[in-house]
Amino acid sequence: MSGIAVLGRIRLSYLVVAVFVAMAVLAPIIAPHDPADSDLFRRLQPPFWMAGGEAGFPLGCDALGRDILSRIIFGTRISILVGVVVVSAATVIGVLAGLAAGYLRGWVDVVVSWMTDVLLGFPYLIFAIGLMAMMGPGLLNMVFALAYKEWVVPCRVVRGETLAARETEYVEAARALGASRRFIMLREVLPNILAPVLAVATIRVAQVIILEASLSFLGLGVQPPTASWGSMIADGRGYILDAWWVSTFPGVAILLLVLAINLAGQVRRRDDHG
Amino acid sequence: MSPAALLTRLLHLIPVLLGVTVVVFLMMAATPGDPAEVMLAGQQATPAQVAALRHDMGLDRPPLERFGLFVGHAVRGQFGQSLFHRRPVAQVIAERLPATIELSLAALVFALVVAIPLGVLAAVKRGGWLDRAATFGTLLGVSLPGFWFGILLLIGFAVQWRLLPVSGEIDYDAQPPGVTGFLLVDSVLAGRLDSLLNTLAHLALPAITLGLPMAAILMRVTRSSMLDVLRQDYITFAEAKGLSRGRVLLVHALKNALLPTVTVAALETGALLGGNMVVETVFGWPGLGRLVVESIFVRNYPLVQAAVLLYAVTFVLLNFCADLLYTILNPRVRM
Repeated sequence: MSGIAVLGRIRLSYLVVAVFVAMAVLAPIIAPHDPADSDLFRRLQPPFWMAGGEAGFPLGCDALGRDILSRIIFGTRISILVGVVVVSAATVIGVLAGLAAGYLRGWVDVVVSWMTDVLLGFPYLIFAIGLMAMMGPGLLNMVFALAYKEWVVPCRVVRGETLAARETEYVEAARALGASRRFIMLREVLPNILAPVLAVATIRVAQVIILEASLSFLGLGVQPPTASWGSMIADGRGYILDAWWVSTFPGVAILLLVLAINLAGQVRRRDDHG
Repeated sequence: MSPAALLTRLLHLIPVLLGVTVVVFLMMAATPGDPAEVMLAGQQATPAQVAALRHDMGLDRPPLERFGLFVGHAVRGQFGQSLFHRRPVAQVIAERLPATIELSLAALVFALVVAIPLGVLAAVKRGGWLDRAATFGTLLGVSLPGFWFGILLLIGFAVQWRLLPVSGEIDYDAQPPGVTGFLLVDSVLAGRLDSLLNTLAHLALPAITLGLPMAAILMRVTRSSMLDVLRQDYITFAEAKGLSRGRVLLVHALKNALLPTVTVAALETGALLGGNMVVETVFGWPGLGRLVVESIFVRNYPLVQAAVLLYAVTFVLLNFCADLLYTILNPRVRM
């Protein structure tokens, strides 16, 4: 792939992400209708280009006569909020645990590594579903259920990088100068291993957004009437025979956002190894 | 691999399996309030009935003793009664397992059949339109929410074109006599072609939905390892000997390039477990995943707990097997 094409794709993916972030921030201003406003006369109204559709409800309405576009715009808030909050919290915890395990070694490493091995023993969605089955549905519970497992990913990366960094000359020099362990970990090692951590975090936001949508689809995430993309798809599942648009458009939103984030994270690697 | 090395690896499994059991046991502690009360909420249960359930679930014992009982029962496959089904949890799970295994294997076969030829072609025609399409397809495959893709397939193939059934595992009148619980096997055993075709028709869309992300990952791995292999001296040598391109690719290159694909396929089979809860819900597939989702909403905690433990233990063992397979197949690691 030529350099110009790579740059073009990066810019396009950043642009798509920026549009979604703007949608989330400006939702109350740009959404044409209240996402919870129900008008049963507009029940399952098709998109504007189909017979029976109207420009004021461009993507049509759901089974309760709510505007799909407005619900998608407000749903952006949930997806981005969960993605960013879960990955940020997990990154802070994972970085601290990984630094401690990789630098201090000994029992700290044994305990942290055991915890990561155990949590990696669960398929992600099953862990979250199992936990949410007990805690009950809801936004906050979902954030906790996802973050409990998510921290393992940055922790593994940081531990590996720290193990390599602790043998380098700059760390040895700091040790020789009498720097404390905390100083070395946070001021010497951390700044030097931050790049791969941030790269992984970007990709993980995309994965967490899909997980959030999956949990909401199953009815375990955000509860009605709050709009979330996963629950909107679930709402439309019963109407695929005569109202395909109810499920289709929220899915397009998920796909676009996740694809853009993945592309932004991956396209830089102009590797021949795919 | 030496028996000692195998034993060491097996011993490493013990703390992980123990940890997984601890986590599943502790999940019950996340219940808001007393699990017995929550389970019986809305059913006008008397305090005596709640107390009886607490006793049955062992909730009136100290935590450590409860954990000991949980592990002991789990080892023997006893997870208590499913209040909703009025039968032992293990029995209910065992009934649903064949459908889930059948679906997972079908998804695995789909992923391998799609990924290997496409991965090889993408590597051979590197930089061409097929390679670019395959690379983009890979990205698309991992970015698609599975449940939404399943619904799109339903809209297209089941609703619009009416080529395939909307949901379920088999039509009522095509049901073969139950022997193994695996409908494909039972259809063959009964010599019922109509049942076999009916099951395959029901299986197609869920298997494609479940297998697509795996196919995307396997295609990427096959392409990458094929590119590596094609750069090796023995390939140049085989070509210099005058062997046909097809023979060089299929016999010399692919055989070696498949090593990482097989390993990743084994690893990803574990990942299928997570996906099948969602896919089974979309397609009304009567497997374990759907049972778990249904159980959540009727607060059937013992069943959810048992199923999560079963999924996790299977996942750990599959990963162990993938690791072992890699070691056995790869002489450099074996040394």
